[in-house]
Amino acid sequence: MKSLLAPGHRGCAGCCDAMAAKFALMGAGEDCIVINPTGCLEVMTTPYPETAWDVPWVHSLFENAAAVGSGVEAALKALGKADKAKVLVMGGDGATLDIGMRSISGAFERGHDLTYVCIDNEAYMNTGVQRSGATPFNASTTTSPAGKVSFGNDRPKKNMPAIMVAHGAPYVATTSIGYPKDMINKVKKAVDIEGPTYVHAHAPCTTGWGFDTSKTVEVAKMAVQTGLWPLYEVEEGEVTKVRKIGKNIRPVEDYLKMQRRFKHLFTMEGGAEEIAKIQALANKNIEVYGL
Amino acid sequence: MTILPGGVCEAGTTRVNKTGGWRTFKPVYDYDKCIKCKLCELLCPDSSINPRDDGFFEFDYDFCKGCGICANECPKSAIEMVLEEK
Amino acid sequence: MAPENKLDKSKMVVVEGSYAVAHAAKVCRPNVISAYPITPQTHIVEDLSQFMADGEIPNCEYINVESEFSALSALVGSSAAGARCYSATTSQGLELMHEVLFNISGMRLPVVMTIANRAVSAPISIWNDHQDAISQRDTGWLQLYAENTQEISDMTAQAYKISEDKDILMPSMTCMDGFILSHVYEPVVLLEQDLTDEFLPAYEPEHVLDPKNPLSFGAFADPNYYTEFRYLQEQAMQKALKKIEDVANEFYDVYGRYYGGLIDEYRTDDADIIIMAMGSIVGTIKDVIDKLRDRNVKVGLLKVRSFRPFPVEAIKNVVKDAKVVVVLDKNISLGLNEGALFTETKSSLYNTDIRVPVVGYMIGHGGRDIKIDTIEKIIDEAEEVMKTGIKIESQFTDVKEELL
Repeated sequence: MKSLLAPGHRGCAGCCDAMAAKFALMGAGEDCIVINPTGCLEVMTTPYPETAWDVPWVHSLFENAAAVGSGVEAALKALGKADKAKVLVMGGDGATLDIGMRSISGAFERGHDLTYVCIDNEAYMNTGVQRSGATPFNASTTTSPAGKVSFGNDRPKKNMPAIMVAHGAPYVATTSIGYPKDMINKVKKAVDIEGPTYVHAHAPCTTGWGFDTSKTVEVAKMAVQTGLWPLYEVEEGEVTKVRKIGKNIRPVEDYLKMQRRFKHLFTMEGGAEEIAKIQALANKNIEVYGL
Repeated sequence: MTILPGGVCEAGTTRVNKTGGWRTFKPVYDYDKCIKCKLCELLCPDSSINPRDDGFFEFDYDFCKGCGICANECPKSAIEMVLEEK
Repeated sequence: MAPENKLDKSKMVVVEGSYAVAHAAKVCRPNVISAYPITPQTHIVEDLSQFMADGEIPNCEYINVESEFSALSALVGSSAAGARCYSATTSQGLELMHEVLFNISGMRLPVVMTIANRAVSAPISIWNDHQDAISQRDTGWLQLYAENTQEISDMTAQAYKISEDKDILMPSMTCMDGFILSHVYEPVVLLEQDLTDEFLPAYEPEHVLDPKNPLSFGAFADPNYYTEFRYLQEQAMQKALKKIEDVANEFYDVYGRYYGGLIDEYRTDDADIIIMAMGSIVGTIKDVIDKLRDRNVKVGLLKVRSFRPFPVEAIKNVVKDAKVVVVLDKNISLGLNEGALFTETKSSLYNTDIRVPVVGYMIGHGGRDIKIDTIEKIIDEAEEVMKTGIKIESQFTDVKEELL
């Protein structure tokens, strides 16, 4: 399958964003218009006068990509070109769960025919790994550092897919860059469904999470295999498909120990109890989704 | 070049920026082990693995940053990361 | 000599100012309208919504966004995709758009937006002054101010023609005083569809979001390039100075109506005292001038239509032989104790051979009535300045001392 993201971009070696964008474009195909809020993906792909995008692409601001997408979709309709291009918004977790929340909510409530792909690397990577609403429980970031009296981020991830389901979106899916075919197929399905559709892609960041550049896919797979990141599809409000882990299920410890951001859990007093709390989060997913 | 209105950019122009110089380790194929499964091509974050006419693949060292994902994920361990000699 | 306004009275209808604007926006054949309701802009978007509901705007989508921030953000996408775009807002809504204003201008997207000028919070106020738009002065939008409902209506078509010009490609705010113009019923000639189709060509941008020619919009510029982006915007603003004049004349040729280009003048020929102002207040000032002229006070009006780009040469040309210039501002730059028009007029005259005293009055904040007596008193004080020089350079008007 042809990549629509050109080489020469400034993503780190082993960049999860580049992979996610590449897979999303493979799913959407070349007849799409990409809207990309501010973030790593935007900065690394478009240092003026260059762009890595082989599809039409627009960046406006950090918090308004879904609104910009609404406008692109409305313009295509008004100009009689709605069948000429899919509208694909791709933003990071900060742009999606935090600062862009209002514009996404509005775009989905209005029912624009667009697909929003959240590339979730669980912190503000572009500005240096600060905590976002997607940062997982007990992860150490630069604004939720582990310290003598802290295990890091003290809140679990915001459940963004559930929020999008609550908007009545006809299609909501979670995916992971560790499973490229899953991601490509889900994005393809999403863009072909009329109305606002949402795909939330888990994307481990070598720089921000602290693992070797060669391990991006391996870490992504482990998140799924522990149950911490369940892969599922929700159509018209009903869970229609779940990727089963079955007996290959792994303890969360196997996932946590791969990453520097959780290192403190293995060195600090009380760390074991904290790991147990994370295991409980995974267990809940396993139960809820029948993983 | 002159700046177009609003600074619009022509598609795919990062290709002028050869990122191969970032590399410390370089991937090398063992074609005897390769089963042409295409996984490496699919995963490459830098779109730097290209198909050859014979169905095997080759690295575009102009762009490969040497992340090693291809070698790490290859189901047949057909890719070896070797220290770049400069 | 400025063209004479030829209003065809047989075509006049009595409508609300907001309706005239909404009708004008419709006649300009927008492809995407995106707006969020806010007093006193609401009647404009309600009228446009009714036009949509009645199928009266062909090839157009109306986006009922969830905030002003998204109202303008949506138009980034629409305009980049090749649509002619319209929005309207005021006050808090305009302030919320601040970040997007810079973005639209920097991306050179020729969006047109009506501002029903209103004071800004705190304290919250729904009444008119110019603080909202003036606070967006440096965002790279053209700012045109209208005197009456006929002018704001017609200005909509003018703004599209200016903004969409290939040498300009800068967005425009067309400003009307909230309530004073937006809610007043006056006889107007509604913008004519047939004439507008002749006056305003279809919007056909050279660069659009299109899979057939995949361009990237909105790249980031490092220090090697950023300066040139700003330089080009300023060049476009400077070109707009002429374009605004040209378009006003072209508009006159097609419609027979004229309100000035960058500025307009009233009884300035032999004037010793020049009053400068923007917006609906100029109507009141004209009445005062007529009254004082009968008493042989040599006073005239310089109406500023274009606040951005700022018409330095045009202003210099009018005030060069005056003995005193009085600038009225419905805004204030806190910490300088001056309104923006006053500050910028002074700055336009510095480093020139023109030596005329300039005094400023900040007036009508938060919708306070501007009485004829007040204007007369200001002109009396201007006569004193002619005789004895400046005593107070810039001051608030009609402050209620008993409340302080």
